[in-house]
Amino acid sequence: MIRSGRADTMRIGVLALQGDFALHARALEKCGVEAVEVRKPVELDEVDGLIMPGGESTTLLKLIDAWDFVPALEKFNSAGKPIFGTCAGLILLAREVESPKQLSLGLIDVTVVRNAYGRQRESFEASGTAKLGPDPSQLEMVFIRAPRIKRVGPGVQVLAEHGGEPVMARQDRVLVATFHPELTDSTKVHRYFCDLVERSRAGA
Amino acid sequence: MADLNGLRIADRKHIGLAEMLKGGVIMDVTNAEQAKIAEDAGAAAVMALERVPSDIRRDGGVARMSPVKKIQEIQKAVTIPVMAKARIGHFVEAQILEALAVDYIDESEVLTPADEHFHIDKFAFRIPFVCGCRDLGEALRRIGEGAAMIRTKGEAGSGNIVEAVRHMRAVISGMRRLTTLGPEELMTEAKTLGAPYDLVRWVAKAGKLPVPNFSAGGIATPADAALMMQLGAEAVFVGSGIFKSSDPAKRARAIVQATTHFKDPDVLARVSEDLGDAMVGIETSKLAEKDLLQTRGW
Repeated sequence: MIRSGRADTMRIGVLALQGDFALHARALEKCGVEAVEVRKPVELDEVDGLIMPGGESTTLLKLIDAWDFVPALEKFNSAGKPIFGTCAGLILLAREVESPKQLSLGLIDVTVVRNAYGRQRESFEASGTAKLGPDPSQLEMVFIRAPRIKRVGPGVQVLAEHGGEPVMARQDRVLVATFHPELTDSTKVHRYFCDLVERSRAGA
Repeated sequence: MADLNGLRIADRKHIGLAEMLKGGVIMDVTNAEQAKIAEDAGAAAVMALERVPSDIRRDGGVARMSPVKKIQEIQKAVTIPVMAKARIGHFVEAQILEALAVDYIDESEVLTPADEHFHIDKFAFRIPFVCGCRDLGEALRRIGEGAAMIRTKGEAGSGNIVEAVRHMRAVISGMRRLTTLGPEELMTEAKTLGAPYDLVRWVAKAGKLPVPNFSAGGIATPADAALMMQLGAEAVFVGSGIFKSSDPAKRARAIVQATTHFKDPDVLARVSEDLGDAMVGIETSKLAEKDLLQTRGW
């Protein structure tokens, strides 16, 4: 297929400051969507949605700050463009962060506790059910030095749980997960996000 | 992670942590104060060790795992992952590091080897290992033993990037070569490389390693970090290059920026301004064979 121009091609950005952005890009490409690495705020203008990957949230905060990303991300969100944050990405998007307290964008009304299961020795895999459509989908979940969602605000919809706690949630056009769907072969979560971006492009 | 014809490699969650560190800088630190400086500068992780490589090189003696108390102080000081080095083959140092719950063990040639024949069986541990290599065969042997991350060795404590470049090029061109071979050539190639056949077959098909591939040993400037990234490293380790420079915090921040924006010469020029003195380097070709750290391990 020949891509005829920007207007008809959906493009999703992956924040590529630090972390596992390459695996998110691979997952998007498996969904047939063009992935664009974003390292500067101006590059957000070129994309219809954004994935904020796992990585180290303190490192990401320094890089976000050094490039004055905050106003650009807020503008992106107010324009109704969807954002999906996994692990460190969720920590950056949360309203409140604990252990330690740190700055975050506050684009989804949840409270997150960093490294809440412990260090790498306590990292684990699990499987769980997610409500990504009319039927529940079975997901492999890889938790790596993962955060916990301690509080969920009234406007937030819980999409998946593990051990009775939310591990995936959505508030309007902001989607978050404490685990790493990009480390598995399944593209269900990325497809769900691509649909969200598709609908926002269509003005729904 | 991948279909490796039934061959076992490190757990997905451990390879996954290495994925999370991509595009980042892992900095050598010897105490809590340095760890804090590294974290504030944007390090993705810190590496605890007794002495930085250039001091080991200068002072000699046996280099061992960092003292337990130092590791615990570093773990208390920062929230980013804390790695620590164990001597090659010293599985009890590794057991202690596992008990301390460090996030990654570096079975490292920078320390004095404890075993002249065998590396650690990394599958026996609940925490991941990173190992050094000088070429593709060495990388695949370590992955076959369970390493969840590979770093090219370079020459630690030299402040000279030439060995890091040599080793990264050797791994990358080794992989490229494998992709050009026919199936009937791969067993002989595995024999020549001294590498597990199933891993050789996997790399021949995928054109990359089944675990992340980082660079170490000789990075002293933002330009060095970006050079390794452009050559194909997925993240960088910086040892003596930071805390042996005249302004460690500033240099550390600059190397973090350079590793993210490694393809952008304007950014590289800007962050390289006014950094003060880099560590004094060593002409590695003038080092005697016995003084090389990279030849430790096999």
